[in-house]
Amino acid sequence: MDNIEQIKINTVVNGEKVEAFVEPRLSLVDFLRNELELTGSHVGCEHGVCGACSIQVDGSVVRGCLMLASQADGADVISIEGASDAGIVADLQKAFHERNALQCGFCTPGMLLTSSELLDQKKNPTRAEIREYLSGNYCRCTGYEAIIDAVETVAIDRAGSSHNGKS
Amino acid sequence: MKPAAFNYKKPSTLTGVLELLRESGEDSNILAGGQSLMPTLNMRLSAPSLLIDINGVDELFGISVTDNTVRIGSMTRHAELEKSSVISEHIPLINAAMPYIAHPAIRNRGTIGGSLALADPAAELPACLCALRGFVEMTSTSATRKVEAKDFFRALYETDLKANEIITAIEIPRYDQNYFSFIDELSRRHGDYAMCGLAFHAKIEEKIISDAQIVFFAVEAKPIIAVTAMRELEGAKISDVSLEVLQGAVGNDLDPFGDLHASATLKLHYAKELIKRAITSGITSG
Ligand SMILES: Cc1cc2nc3c(=O)[nH]c(=O)nc-3n(C[C@H](O)[C@H](O)[C@H](O)COP(=O)(O)OP(=O)(O)OC[C@H]3O[C@@H](n4cnc5c(N)ncnc54)[C@H](O)[C@@H]3O)c2cc1C
Ligand code: FES
Ligand code: FES
Repeated sequence: MDNIEQIKINTVVNGEKVEAFVEPRLSLVDFLRNELELTGSHVGCEHGVCGACSIQVDGSVVRGCLMLASQADGADVISIEGASDAGIVADLQKAFHERNALQCGFCTPGMLLTSSELLDQKKNPTRAEIREYLSGNYCRCTGYEAIIDAVETVAIDRAGSSHNGKS
Repeated sequence: MKPAAFNYKKPSTLTGVLELLRESGEDSNILAGGQSLMPTLNMRLSAPSLLIDINGVDELFGISVTDNTVRIGSMTRHAELEKSSVISEHIPLINAAMPYIAHPAIRNRGTIGGSLALADPAAELPACLCALRGFVEMTSTSATRKVEAKDFFRALYETDLKANEIITAIEIPRYDQNYFSFIDELSRRHGDYAMCGLAFHAKIEEKIISDAQIVFFAVEAKPIIAVTAMRELEGAKISDVSLEVLQGAVGNDLDPFGDLHASATLKLHYAKELIKRAITSGITSG
């Protein structure tokens, strides 16, 4: 099609200001991966089913494949790289590692961001609640049980420690 | 897959949206939460030349309460309805429907206006709005009108919405504390679209049922109001309801279509199971 107007966006990605011109059809996850070289968010189904592309936008985890880069204008975007560097998911990462809750790792960034959102909202989720919250994130390797174990462990640890999560 | 190229505009006023819509006609699509539109674009099932993003129009967001109604802006996201104390207090049916809709990340973006405009036969909100006898408010550059939910849903993915209109709000009457709400569905996995679902709303005062609304979804092309079954319940004492008779009436009311996940016979079986659950739940709720 002719006459496609590029869209100018100003956004904050992992704490850094980003100004860019993007094609309207560019998805947020492709923008992060291909333009900013933040390849931690993965692209699986591209129609909202698998959760591999999970990204936090203005405090909520969303599907990076169902949001346009142009819609991130004015938004605060945190990808797994930012969450990881800031230590927000450090205890989850450790628990996933120790419990073998990842194999190929394709789903892991989405699993971490989504379980982090759950634990922010609910201090003591039951296993059923963890399962339900992660129901939109596919894992083709682990069979989920280890992932639920890891998230449960972190929930219990966080509830047990008086200061914010970890030392 | 990646979508075909399109242009993108994000007006900050309703007038701006409606004028763009009028100028561009059928060649444009409204972009609300994007949770249904973006998948269809990514799969190239459609290729509009312009997306009109309505996420910048403040007046489309939010929930307000008047003496008789609760008004929900069309851009109100599922996650907000799920957390809203106004909704859980005044429209518990909508609150109870939320966990059934997709997954948290999708509820963080998806909107009530988008759900109604799309009119997926398996979606929860169209059925809830019918059970609550709510209204859909639609606006074009020339007029604003309200249509009752039962007349809004026309056929498979087909509504009363015209190409030059957008949904601006939803209005739901306020019901008193004696109303009982129930929603349940059967699906393959949590968060999947239902194979059969039921939204049930009725007054139960001193155990006597009145004003019952029984609406099934995912059984036919649009939400089905089970009028024979509703008549069976009118004036009945909830503990004396004959399930067999009621299930028979549901059988009369429905003409299910079979799909990939469930045959017509199975859907009818599920519908009868769901109405049983609704009555059982009504009995135990006091
Ligand atoms: C994996 C997955 C699972 C899902 N499961 C469920 C489920 O179980 N139940 C369920 O109900 N939904 C489900 N959904 C869909 C979800 O609820 C969508 O959010 C919703 O159907 C559409 O809302 P939206 O705001 O995202 O609309 P969009 O995707 O932005 O738009 C959908 C359509 O409506 C039009 N539209 C949007 N808003 C307006 C408006 N205000 N006026 C006029 N037209 C408008 C658009 O032009 C488009 O044609 C699922 C989605 C995914 C990706
Ligand atoms: S790539 Fe976004 S949900 Fe699968
Ligand atoms: S670890 Fe491979 S998909 Fe989850």
